[in-house]
Amino acid sequence: MADLQKLYDAILNGSHKTAREITQEALAEGNDPQALVNDVMIPAMNEVGRRYEAGDYFVPEILIAARAMKASLELIRPLLTERGAEPVGRVVIGTVQGDLHDIGKNIVSAMLEGAGYVVTDLGVDVSPDRFVSATRENNASLVALSALLTTTMGSMKNVIAALEASGLRGTVKVMIGGAPTTQKYALDIGADGYGANANSAVALAHQLLGT
Amino acid sequence: MHPTLASLLSSGPVVTDGAWGTQLQALGLEAGLRPDTWNFTHPDRVREVAARYVRAGSRVILTNTFRSNRIAFTSPEGSIDIAALNAAGVALSREAAGGQAKVFASIGPSGKMLMSGDVTESDLEAAFSEQARALAAAGADGLVVETMSDLFEALIALKAAKGTGLPVVVSMVFDSGKEKDRTMMGATPEKVAETLTGAGADVIGANCGLGIEGYIPVCERLKKATALPIWIKPNAGLPQIEDGRVSYRTTAEEFASMVPALRSAGADFIGGCCGTTPDFITKVAAALSKPQ
Repeated sequence: MADLQKLYDAILNGSHKTAREITQEALAEGNDPQALVNDVMIPAMNEVGRRYEAGDYFVPEILIAARAMKASLELIRPLLTERGAEPVGRVVIGTVQGDLHDIGKNIVSAMLEGAGYVVTDLGVDVSPDRFVSATRENNASLVALSALLTTTMGSMKNVIAALEASGLRGTVKVMIGGAPTTQKYALDIGADGYGANANSAVALAHQLLGT
Repeated sequence: MHPTLASLLSSGPVVTDGAWGTQLQALGLEAGLRPDTWNFTHPDRVREVAARYVRAGSRVILTNTFRSNRIAFTSPEGSIDIAALNAAGVALSREAAGGQAKVFASIGPSGKMLMSGDVTESDLEAAFSEQARALAAAGADGLVVETMSDLFEALIALKAAKGTGLPVVVSMVFDSGKEKDRTMMGATPEKVAETLTGAGADVIGANCGLGIEGYIPVCERLKKATALPIWIKPNAGLPQIEDGRVSYRTTAEEFASMVPALRSAGADFIGGCCGTTPDFITKVAAALSKPQ
């Protein structure tokens, strides 16, 4: 019998080989793929986020845990797609125009994937138009914007304006993050929320999408 | 000890310089733009920042070359002569120093993360070697690998910098974890000291990240864990953001009042990072000139 506690531990400790092996074993034994995600893997990533927030985990632990989660999800996702199950949500993420910083954005992206979202990462220096077209092409329900500079955070407003002009704003939530941004700034520019770090970004995504 | 360091340290702790980025912004550099291209476009203002620190009493000044590595230059800034940019930075600091201060040239992080595969070890080796060689060829007295969050990246930069034969300072940012005593990647001062000492750094230390009070315990722990001199350059407190503008709240007096404690904690090179000014350096120099 596949040891699901071991799967949980493998994700928590970032052992991607073990995570993959146990997932394979569990699926072969007929475990429900959706239940593996919901009952084992997502709780493991939640614990990763909790430990990061508490200062017990650091960036490397997050990255290797997300890698282990991804290794398992690669086995599970085709099965879920086959039975027509929808992912938790579809997210388009990127660093806004004029800004080339991507470390924070990459960590948020990894954590969202770890939480079961399908994430389309547009990279850095992303124009409002590219956010709009990627939102449409991927049928995204959440757009996540990152900026590290006080001079580029203004581009976030342009993305929201472009989403409005394209008629998509009503169907997507917009969340923002990055060093100079705040909850107040999110409100000022008409975003739906602000995440102070990767862990709160995931909590915010859940809250905004009701997932 | 390298003779340059031995001569600097022969009369006690050494005053280094303060912030460059925030000083250049005060001279008109738009926030968010690269400061280093000013080495070409506004050399007088860059030299002026260096000169103000020399007049304030800095015995070691840095250079306006913090992010002048190939990886930190991506589009739209594309094709720039990296070697010339670094050489110009050293030349401007040397002119300002006029023989009164040593010029330790700044090598900052790549801005990409090794662990997530955004950049490879060989990319980093190539970029830091290119920068270090250019800085050394232009006549730097030493190299400072600074504001590093990832010890592995710092090690690659250290190795590249050591290749020039100059003395090398490696300074990490400690700002993470419950006690704010870890790097972003989770390394403790002890781990940092042990690793960098083993890898041949000439001076190790901490900069940016925390205000001066936060770096006193970090300094103490670094000192205990190595026989090397310790380099400390804290921020003028934590950055505060109001209406999209960044400000630093610690005053020069408050900063200087902590200098005796930092000295007792074992700091050998003392200066400031973001938000500090020539006035901070004047007051740090005054505090250090008093007998302990």
